Amino acid sequence: MHTSWLLIVLVVLAGISFYLGRSRAMQSAGGDMRQLHSLPNFYGWNVALASLVPAVVIFALWQAVQPNIINRSVVSMVTTEELTGGALNLVMSDVRRIANGLDAAISRGVMSASEARDLSVGDASIRQQLSAVGTVVGAEVSDNVLLAAQRYRAMTATGSLMQTALVLIVAVAGALYGLRQTNRDFRARVSVETVVRAVLIFAATVAIMTTVGIAFSLIFNTIKFFNLHPASDFLFGTTWNPLFRGGSSLGILPLLWGTFYISIIALLVAVPIGLFSAIYLAEYASPAARSIIKPALEVLAGIPTIVYGLFALLTVGPLLVSAFGPNGFLGLGWMRGGSAVITAGLVMGVMLIPFVSSLSDDIINAVPQSMRDGSYGLGATKSETVRMVVLPAALPGIAGAVLLAASRAIGETMIVVLGAGAAARLSLNPFEAMTTVTAKIVAQLTGDNDFNSPEALVAFALGTTLFVITLILNVAALYIVRRYREQYE
Amino acid sequence: MTDAATPSTTPGNPASKKGSLLVTDARTKKRNNAEKRFRAYGITAISVGVIFLATLLYSIVGNGAGAFTQTFIAVDIALPEETLDPEGNRDRSEMSRVSTFGYNPLIQQALAEKIASLNIETEVPEAAFGQLLSPGAAAQVRTTVLNNPDLIGQTVRFDILASSRVDGYFKDRVSRVSLLRDSNLSPAHLDIVDELRDQGFAAKKFNLAFITGSDASESRPESAGIGVSMIGSLAMMLVVLLLSLPIGVAASIYLEEFAPKNWFTDLIEVNISNLAAVPSIVFGILGLALFIQFAQLPQSAPLVGGLVLTLMTLPTIIISTRAALKSVPPSIRDAALGVGASKNQAVFHHVLPLAMPGILTGTIIGLAQALGETAPLLLIGMVGFIASNYPDGISAAFMSPNSAMPAQIYEWAKRADPAYYERAWGGIIILLGFLMTMNIIAVILRRRFERRW
Amino acid sequence: MDDLRIIERTSNMNDIKISAKGVQVFYGDTHAIKDVDVEIADKTVTAFIGPSGCGKSTFLRCLNRMNDTIDICRVEGSIAIDGQDIYDKRVDPVQLRAKVGMVFQKPNPFPKSIYDNVAYGPKIHGLARTKADLDEIVEASLRRAALWNEVKDRLQAPGTGLSGGQQQRLCIARAVATAPEVLLMDEPCSALDPIATAQVEELIDELRQQFSVVIVTHSMQQAARVSQKTAFFHLGNLVEFNDTDQIFTNPQDPRTESYITGRIG
Repeated sequence: MHTSWLLIVLVVLAGISFYLGRSRAMQSAGGDMRQLHSLPNFYGWNVALASLVPAVVIFALWQAVQPNIINRSVVSMVTTEELTGGALNLVMSDVRRIANGLDAAISRGVMSASEARDLSVGDASIRQQLSAVGTVVGAEVSDNVLLAAQRYRAMTATGSLMQTALVLIVAVAGALYGLRQTNRDFRARVSVETVVRAVLIFAATVAIMTTVGIAFSLIFNTIKFFNLHPASDFLFGTTWNPLFRGGSSLGILPLLWGTFYISIIALLVAVPIGLFSAIYLAEYASPAARSIIKPALEVLAGIPTIVYGLFALLTVGPLLVSAFGPNGFLGLGWMRGGSAVITAGLVMGVMLIPFVSSLSDDIINAVPQSMRDGSYGLGATKSETVRMVVLPAALPGIAGAVLLAASRAIGETMIVVLGAGAAARLSLNPFEAMTTVTAKIVAQLTGDNDFNSPEALVAFALGTTLFVITLILNVAALYIVRRYREQYE
Repeated sequence: MTDAATPSTTPGNPASKKGSLLVTDARTKKRNNAEKRFRAYGITAISVGVIFLATLLYSIVGNGAGAFTQTFIAVDIALPEETLDPEGNRDRSEMSRVSTFGYNPLIQQALAEKIASLNIETEVPEAAFGQLLSPGAAAQVRTTVLNNPDLIGQTVRFDILASSRVDGYFKDRVSRVSLLRDSNLSPAHLDIVDELRDQGFAAKKFNLAFITGSDASESRPESAGIGVSMIGSLAMMLVVLLLSLPIGVAASIYLEEFAPKNWFTDLIEVNISNLAAVPSIVFGILGLALFIQFAQLPQSAPLVGGLVLTLMTLPTIIISTRAALKSVPPSIRDAALGVGASKNQAVFHHVLPLAMPGILTGTIIGLAQALGETAPLLLIGMVGFIASNYPDGISAAFMSPNSAMPAQIYEWAKRADPAYYERAWGGIIILLGFLMTMNIIAVILRRRFERRW
Repeated sequence: MDDLRIIERTSNMNDIKISAKGVQVFYGDTHAIKDVDVEIADKTVTAFIGPSGCGKSTFLRCLNRMNDTIDICRVEGSIAIDGQDIYDKRVDPVQLRAKVGMVFQKPNPFPKSIYDNVAYGPKIHGLARTKADLDEIVEASLRRAALWNEVKDRLQAPGTGLSGGQQQRLCIARAVATAPEVLLMDEPCSALDPIATAQVEELIDELRQQFSVVIVTHSMQQAARVSQKTAFFHLGNLVEFNDTDQIFTNPQDPRTESYITGRIG
């Protein structure tokens, strides 16, 4: 609770600073705001920011650093051996839970603060006392875990106190500095606007930080994975068979194959249908027809992928089985279950139709009308104009659109999780169940994870693979499309 | 120019076709046929797209509409004081000591009496009558009684949820044949159900609990609802809105109005357009590693879900905000700068308000996207458990584990009982209802405030 | 260059190629062309002049039914080429446009090679049976457009890489390659510099030997230089149509006089 109080106090301080800064500026101008360099409010803002910004920065830094320092010193109390990853987390969560339990016990009056500080394992079963206030502790509490918990509480309390003191001092000091600056010739507006500019730049760098965050979270865990599991098996292995006991085969090839197979089927569905729809809409459809069909296709684009996943699992899969299954009306017996490459591919294709068509529509419309006029003026029919003038001119853009669609298909998750099956297989038969990189990321990372087993960490390696592939496709597509756009601008 | 005057002697001079314009020549006919074929391809492509859309909508509505109605059986239950309130003082805390086990025999007995009173002959043993009702029946009666202690001592008519098999029979999902190998209900039960229906004691009714209720365990699909996960989604959307709108607008203003043309700006631009195309599952991995593994935020919390979706939605919002800012003509900026406003004042006083409708439209569309997103939520643990309780309080709504609508739908789709499939489709109807509303608001905003310069 | 002497400035009437009667054009609710009658002679250059927005380009686009590509455009009255009504239901605009070629205001070469630009028309109309035929047509057309010498070594280079004047001559070559009988030119020099303009004008004069040329221009000097007949359009009306010399030396209508003396426009 103390953090939110601290923040409220900071805001109040900033409010006071604003008022003081404003009135000091007015005073220095003798009450005539025309004598000021900037509007009076800017002086107020300047002082408020001088108080708030450094304080908040220190607050945030402290908040980030304190748990790490406490963890380190507490862990050394519990055990002398070097713990890593999961084991460390387990110990720490035990310590934290007991500490929280003690807090709860104090706040409910079950024990006093000094009792909690002096509590030792000998007193009574701590487990019992804590469960009375709703904290369940797994194993019997050992002596040094309890000590660590008490230490944890003590350190947290001291840390918080120091944090509060420092932050408040900085806030007041900042306000005083801001007030000292304030006189009628001070360029308050410029200084406030600089801060605003800095905030804007910070917001813009969130995109970069996100990318960096993705890269780091993938790379570190992937390196961890390769330390536990041979890279050669991952990159070139042809079997995917994760075992919880360990000794798994984690070859990515069958997953990549499934991913590409499904994506290719999806593109075979989406590209012709999407492209021809776009051509029809751009070149043939009357404005009235266009105003109905275009939104209808866009509805397809706005439907969440979970809906397509369900559509694959419960509608398209059974439908295909009733045609190609053992008792299907085609009598072919090709398909054993609804989950198959063809099911996922087909539905993913449907999902991509509006994506391809709206991108292609934009690109076809970017081809200047003068090209079409030139062609019609020579006596070409519409289809000849489209095939021989518009499409060749739009080709780079359309290629970019197809690459983007491919990137979507490869990264699509819900449809394959629900529609493609779970078996990793290298096969050419589209009626068989296969699985993809994304589906296996979900399978390996759902539920409680032990971030130290290769079976969980492999998901990060899969994620890296996925990220790299889609990154290459995206960058290529964006480059092509941008070049194309510039050509006609 | 010497070559200009020699055309008539050039051998390659094409023979002009001197036919009548009123007669279509063979080649033109052929070309016109090709034209018709090409046009037909276009129409076919669009029809296929529309047919897919129609099939999709048909299977959503056809399969999901059933989730909004549920079969109820009317039973007159005697509520004797001696078992339910032995002290006789109608004190809630004392009455709540009687658990659902205390209520079960009452229901059992009431059902048996009802069946006997209707003269229904059946081979079903009396002890198995209870299978007609939801396993949650006792809890339903108990809650009602605890809320109205005055009912004790009376015989009260309850509309009790029928079990999912009985409900399935009403909805043509379950037949006598399919029950032959079913352990929960026997075909003979259905004879009783037929009689109850004919006499007006069993009927399908609108089921509000599906919209407002909480998820139920695997064995009670009839009482599962989407209400709790709706709260989860709502909490996430609040986080997304509160973070992505200010950050997105600030970033767009910087890029559109202030950024110098240099490598750093280029880097940001490339990053944004790339992030817009990064698979959503990768954001899930980021969330897992950054917020849960590293920052130790609680798993399955809507706050974490909201943070992940914020990062995912930001590029969309930035792209549409920039378009909105770009559409404000430079003359507005010039006018403001011309009267001596600073660049900041020009942007915040003039450009931003004018771009606001466009920004809001983009934000709503971004939120709609985030609302339907599932894959990242799977990785941060918003599935695999039962969202059975409403969060108690505001901070719990953000911090304690919850599901979200699309995650709840996924959860239902994976359960073994086909009765849950109907729930999943029904959930989709609700989800699409939200998305449609948001999109309509966006369209109205755009129409209403669209300015042509 | 002695060939040029053969081409005399003739203003005597040849056969009538195009005859328009009572033409009205509407764009939605706008009445763009009001009751225009005009007869265009064969092997002559006819210029349409008038202030901007007077309907001269619109009328030009009626002559090969380019207005068909605009949904809201409606044409009434009759336009006949060689006595055949081009707005007859039986007429296929595709066939018509092979006969009535068009060159546009802005050079609009296709993003293809120079060769493919010129070969496009013959290909779609099936004018060449063999590759050799096609090569000959391309060469002849480029020669006729006075471009051959400049591009013969780079026929496979993209047409968009040429200079503005070259691009426009490429478009003329492209139009000529389908062997039209009438050539419509919609302000063909407005995007060109003076030197390129001179080249194109010279070319137009040569094309007259074989085609009936109709040119829309905003420049009266150009009309005087290249045309034998001139039509003056004003506010959708055809004000005056006569021999070019007559129009510029002795205009009958006061509006024409105002325009050529620079008082309106």
